[in-house]
Amino acid sequence: MVPTLGGVILLVFFLFKLFGGDPSEILAGQVASQEQLEAIRRELGLDRPWTAQLWKFLHDVFTFDFGKSWMTREAVSEIFLTRLPATLTITLPILLLEVCLAIPIAMMVAYFRGSLLDRLTMAVCVAAMSVSFLVYIIVGQYWLAFKWGMFPVQGWSDNLWRNLLTYAPLPVLLATLVSLAPQTRLYRSFFLDETKSDYVRTARAKGLSEPAIMLRHVFRNAMVPVLTNVSLLLPGVFVGSFLLEIFFSIPGLGREIYLAVNRSDYPVIQAFTVYLAALTMLVNLAADVLYRLVDPRIQLK
Amino acid sequence: MAAILEGRHESAWTALWGRLIQDRVGTLCLAVVLAYLILILAAVVGLVSADWRREIGVPYANPALLGDTPQPGAQPSAGAVRRGPALDLSAVDPLAPKYAEWARRTEELKVGEPRRSLSLPWGGDRWGRDVLDKAIKGSQVSIAVGVTAALCAALIGTLLGALAGFYGGLRDDFLEWLYSVFTSIPSILLIFALAAVLRSGWLGQVFAGGIWTVVIILAATGWTGMYRLVRAEYMKHRARPYVLAAEAIGASASARMFVHILPNVSHVILIQLSLLVVAFIKVEVILSFLGLGVPIDMVSWGTMLAEAQTELVIGKWWQLAAATAFMAVFLTAFSMLTDSLRDALDPKLR
Repeated sequence: MVPTLGGVILLVFFLFKLFGGDPSEILAGQVASQEQLEAIRRELGLDRPWTAQLWKFLHDVFTFDFGKSWMTREAVSEIFLTRLPATLTITLPILLLEVCLAIPIAMMVAYFRGSLLDRLTMAVCVAAMSVSFLVYIIVGQYWLAFKWGMFPVQGWSDNLWRNLLTYAPLPVLLATLVSLAPQTRLYRSFFLDETKSDYVRTARAKGLSEPAIMLRHVFRNAMVPVLTNVSLLLPGVFVGSFLLEIFFSIPGLGREIYLAVNRSDYPVIQAFTVYLAALTMLVNLAADVLYRLVDPRIQLK
Repeated sequence: MAAILEGRHESAWTALWGRLIQDRVGTLCLAVVLAYLILILAAVVGLVSADWRREIGVPYANPALLGDTPQPGAQPSAGAVRRGPALDLSAVDPLAPKYAEWARRTEELKVGEPRRSLSLPWGGDRWGRDVLDKAIKGSQVSIAVGVTAALCAALIGTLLGALAGFYGGLRDDFLEWLYSVFTSIPSILLIFALAAVLRSGWLGQVFAGGIWTVVIILAATGWTGMYRLVRAEYMKHRARPYVLAAEAIGASASARMFVHILPNVSHVILIQLSLLVVAFIKVEVILSFLGLGVPIDMVSWGTMLAEAQTELVIGKWWQLAAATAFMAVFLTAFSMLTDSLRDALDPKLR
């Protein structure tokens, strides 16, 4: 984990150093005198050798101090911490809902494998996956919120419950609808893999009913790959769905980083990338440990 | 003996083709994908949609099935209507003597405004351009970006994966580290970081004005999956008897890697490549929608959706429908073709 984190820091540093252009030109704008450019370079430490700059970058990372945003002059760590709750308010319900819905659907489809229901569901899944997420959001926001007024078109408040009950439902609903199709397809294949195992044949041979085999034996074994998949999805809750945040103007991390890209606000992008990568690694580590508890056959390296 | 062997010879690709066309869904999807490719080729050559920029209809012209009923706000403005009594100001107006000359010169220089049609096959956009033409041109751009980026990512992934898997040791350790660095950054953040750098850095100026920026972004972030698969295949294959035999007759390392092993793992690469195409087209659409993708003077499914979002609010749904339909049909056919291809390449999986 340490070498990987070091690699991430190096990658981000050199990406912006080598390809990012001269920050003083971005900051000073089109018309700037040579003295202004020099002053900005000195302020950002760009006149020093690159080893010193790398050292400062490392220092910034480990002291959680990336200075101020170039455009809004807000402290970067402040931005990160204030945008995180909004993202989690949206992403945690999405993750919970999609997993809880996809598992029963996938189990049902796997139970009736090969039937018309199965093939129809799979065809619908493929077609649903082929439509861009953008279209779901555009159409959903237009019809459900704007035309029929079932939800607010966009907005956010400071109150967690108000956010969860008023503003979050539509984005959550749309994201769940979209991710349901790939999840169902994946989980169905997990269930189908298990139905070919020896223990299923044994259970059948001793006369267990099909539903009992499915619910008691296949379900519990199929949970292992399902959990792996959920642990892969978990880091995503921090990044959030930037599209949802942009469309519904939710002040989350995803929207912030999109705005930062549009304003060439390098400190914000660098800080978010490094910290979200670190968070991702931490979550993966935690998932590995949890995984060990669920399935004793797995050994930690 | 040779003659007998010759007679029975069936290459792996012929066998694959035979299995693929037995699959009815697969054949249908292949036909759809081929139809798209022909359409794109026609668009590249200029047979169709060559002048998608021409404004041939009234703004927001109706699709043909809605008929010619003018939409509110779709009429070209008829010019200001003069109100009140017409006063003769020529006595006090210092410019009066020139009016006649100006009128004559206006007449000389007048450009004939082409007649704009009230309806187009699939409607018109804000400037009265044909949405169907735009959708075809957009297909060309979106699919070109997806395929080019997938090829670049496949090239990077295959090369690095072959190096890591074939040699092992230090090279493998280094590439594994690189892989873990790239995968530990959430992909959308890597995409955004690259987009930011390409916007204002020198690399962006070098590749400005084409599909290359978005291809670079996609290829640089998307090679990891291919690398992982190819590496695993090479590790499996490098000690197989046929590779050892090749080494015994003096084949160099690069010959063993790319002449002997590569054809034997090409099915893995092919499947992963087509999965990448689908994924990259989806990302390209989102990036272009956000204004980080193809430049504004090009049209892709993403830029069409960006325009469609504002149009939908005033009830003009056809551009949204066109972009969605073209994209959904292609992606559905392509993903199902990938599934059939996987079944045909690996009959054991069935």
